[in-house]
Amino acid sequence: MTNVPVEGIKIPDIAHPEPQNNWRKYFSFSTDHKVIGIQYLVTSFVFFLIGGLLSMVIRAELITPPADLIDRTLYNSMFTMHGTIMIFLWIFPSLVGLANYLVPLMIGARDMAFPRLNAAAFWMVPVFGILLMTSYFLPSGTAQAGWWSYPPVSTQNPTDSVITGEFIWILAVAISGVSSIMGAVNFVTTIVRMRAPGMTYFRMPAYVWTVLSAQLIQLAALPALTAGAIMLLFDAAAGTAFFNPEKGGNPVLFQHFFWFYSHPAVYVMVLPIFGVFSEIFPVYSRKPLFGYKVVAVSSLLISGVSVLVWVHHMYASGTPGWMRMLFMASTMLVAVPTGIKVFAWVATIWKGKLRLDTPMLFCLGALLMFVFAGVTGVMLASVPIDIHVNNTYFVVGHFHYIVFGTITMGMFAALYHWFPKMTGRMYFEGLGKVHFILAFIGTNLCFLPMHLAGLHGMVRRVSSYDPEFAFSNVLASLGGFLLGMSTIPFILNMVGSWAQGKPAPDNPWRAIGLEWLVSSPPPVENFEALPIVVSGPYGYGKSDPLVENAAALKEG
Amino acid sequence: MTDATAPTGAAIAPQVTTEVQANDHAHPDLRVWGLLTFLVSESLMFGGFFAAYLMVRGAASQWPPEGTEVELLLPAINTVILVSSSFVIHLGDVAIKKNDIGGLRKWYAVTALMGAVFLVGQAYEYATLGYGLSSNIFANCFYLMTGFHGLHVFIGLLLILGVLWRSRRAGHYSDHKHTGVEMAEIYWHFVDIIWIVLFALLYILTQFS
Repeated sequence: MTNVPVEGIKIPDIAHPEPQNNWRKYFSFSTDHKVIGIQYLVTSFVFFLIGGLLSMVIRAELITPPADLIDRTLYNSMFTMHGTIMIFLWIFPSLVGLANYLVPLMIGARDMAFPRLNAAAFWMVPVFGILLMTSYFLPSGTAQAGWWSYPPVSTQNPTDSVITGEFIWILAVAISGVSSIMGAVNFVTTIVRMRAPGMTYFRMPAYVWTVLSAQLIQLAALPALTAGAIMLLFDAAAGTAFFNPEKGGNPVLFQHFFWFYSHPAVYVMVLPIFGVFSEIFPVYSRKPLFGYKVVAVSSLLISGVSVLVWVHHMYASGTPGWMRMLFMASTMLVAVPTGIKVFAWVATIWKGKLRLDTPMLFCLGALLMFVFAGVTGVMLASVPIDIHVNNTYFVVGHFHYIVFGTITMGMFAALYHWFPKMTGRMYFEGLGKVHFILAFIGTNLCFLPMHLAGLHGMVRRVSSYDPEFAFSNVLASLGGFLLGMSTIPFILNMVGSWAQGKPAPDNPWRAIGLEWLVSSPPPVENFEALPIVVSGPYGYGKSDPLVENAAALKEG
Repeated sequence: MTDATAPTGAAIAPQVTTEVQANDHAHPDLRVWGLLTFLVSESLMFGGFFAAYLMVRGAASQWPPEGTEVELLLPAINTVILVSSSFVIHLGDVAIKKNDIGGLRKWYAVTALMGAVFLVGQAYEYATLGYGLSSNIFANCFYLMTGFHGLHVFIGLLLILGVLWRSRRAGHYSDHKHTGVEMAEIYWHFVDIIWIVLFALLYILTQFS
């Protein structure tokens, strides 16, 4: 590499859009994994706001027992789009964005294995996001069959349209699937083949283990949904009868396809957040992650078990008794590797020197809510309880404790923790704490009463309900609006801090990890010289250096 | 990926800023790895179709239902053509490892021809079967599975033609630089293996019910 002084040299007009260092790079087809990571995060957050607005409408409708605010058809479209947007356009892309930013830095690589594939996978997200939004302008309206799109509901076409909202929905989910598979190929290849010298598997941060486990699930299970979606599309548009019992098909078959992917997909969503916990707890407790190797391997165990549990969503779908028993047992098994992780996190915090900054607060809150969701999860795995609360708000409450209480809260923790690294600025701690308090109270106020209503039999996906559930629903709606408000300090904080925050040092949290050894934000291609890793990832309380060549990593 | 970015960097090297230079670190070529991971995923999608087929078949009283029997002779010939093309394409790979561009071009051209014959044969089969996609549940499965496989054959054919097109330029492929050739070959083997399973499920196992 030649060192030509840059002063006085006019930069030639070259076909090399990469290194422009301004806001425009975030709107370009950049192949830098850090730019792509932030593109993912910001895009998905925009969709998070849209999905959140839809949920505000849902909560406003449900604040009174009769269906008085919006039309029932529109209500169906509301919860369908809310679920679809939150899962396919918020959780998935935001987690992929975080992993995009962090994985190459954490394993000591200069970029992902396939940078252009990476960029292509990202640009599909706004494409299918906008595609999905266009279904609002169709005569049929949007898809209304819920996020799981079970036939025969999803193959109905009451308005007799050529292109239905459901058709657009399947198309959008299919593009999302292509994007996810491209991402999975990229992540698995990157983690397996591009680790820095000395970065053995058992020196990888636990976060990287969780991303690897999650992306292996994507590779193995997502094709099932693709196959199911293709057959559903043929049923809806080409006159086939895969899921039509009148012509020899089987509607339950779709449920198998759907849940064979969509249950493991829950672990795709939650595993990286487990990784975030494993990164953040040691930093803010000043202690090594307890049982690192076991925690790392337990992620893979979760991946393995995850593809053997899907029928627990189908206890009430005419599933024979022996099969229910089998899947009840396998589902409860998930609690073992997950329990290992929870114990490890608690043991990590135990007697640590806790520093209650915003990321730590979000992690503690998320862990608390995750334990609660885990308890209701094991309850739901049990056949008799599940038959009783099947399709009620108990289920809705349970999974929102996971998708909001755990995943979204954990995502906020990660955003605060790595914000200084990503932007080179510190965020405002006070606003962060306000955000946490509002979000924590809002989440519990919104989703805890749902369990009660569900246990008493309030059915989900219906816009009116019996007045006996009114109290729970008023509480839930108030909590929901509080949650909506809680994003305001977050947005103010992110935008304000990025523009005017205090400049961040390389390692504001005194954390251990390769990403903290380079400047904030890291330069294009991350490392001047590839790091030579000489010790494990959580050396808190020890004085072993992480790399042999710390001084050579940074330029200049 | 590397071969596309490298010349740009080399051509502008004297005048670039430090940031542009930072882009010139060698990037490892992991395309074969990526393709293999992708094919694992692809095969699981076909696995999904196979599973659906077997479940529908298990529930049917007669399989295939009356009026939607399958042809056997033409698909058997097609199978022989596709399976042997997998050996032919390997000869091309052997040739390029000996730096024999002519051999590569010859064997890849033969493979492309065999792939095209397979597709034409399949189109002829579709046209003469006498039933269509939506006739009954067997026809649904038959056309979905063979059609999807045919799409993969078509993509494999395009990859082979792409190799042929690029091999016009002397030095594009050589004994130490032929990842693209290998990727097309791997994909072609994949298409072949899927077909063998499909042939067993749709044509052979339907003869004994």
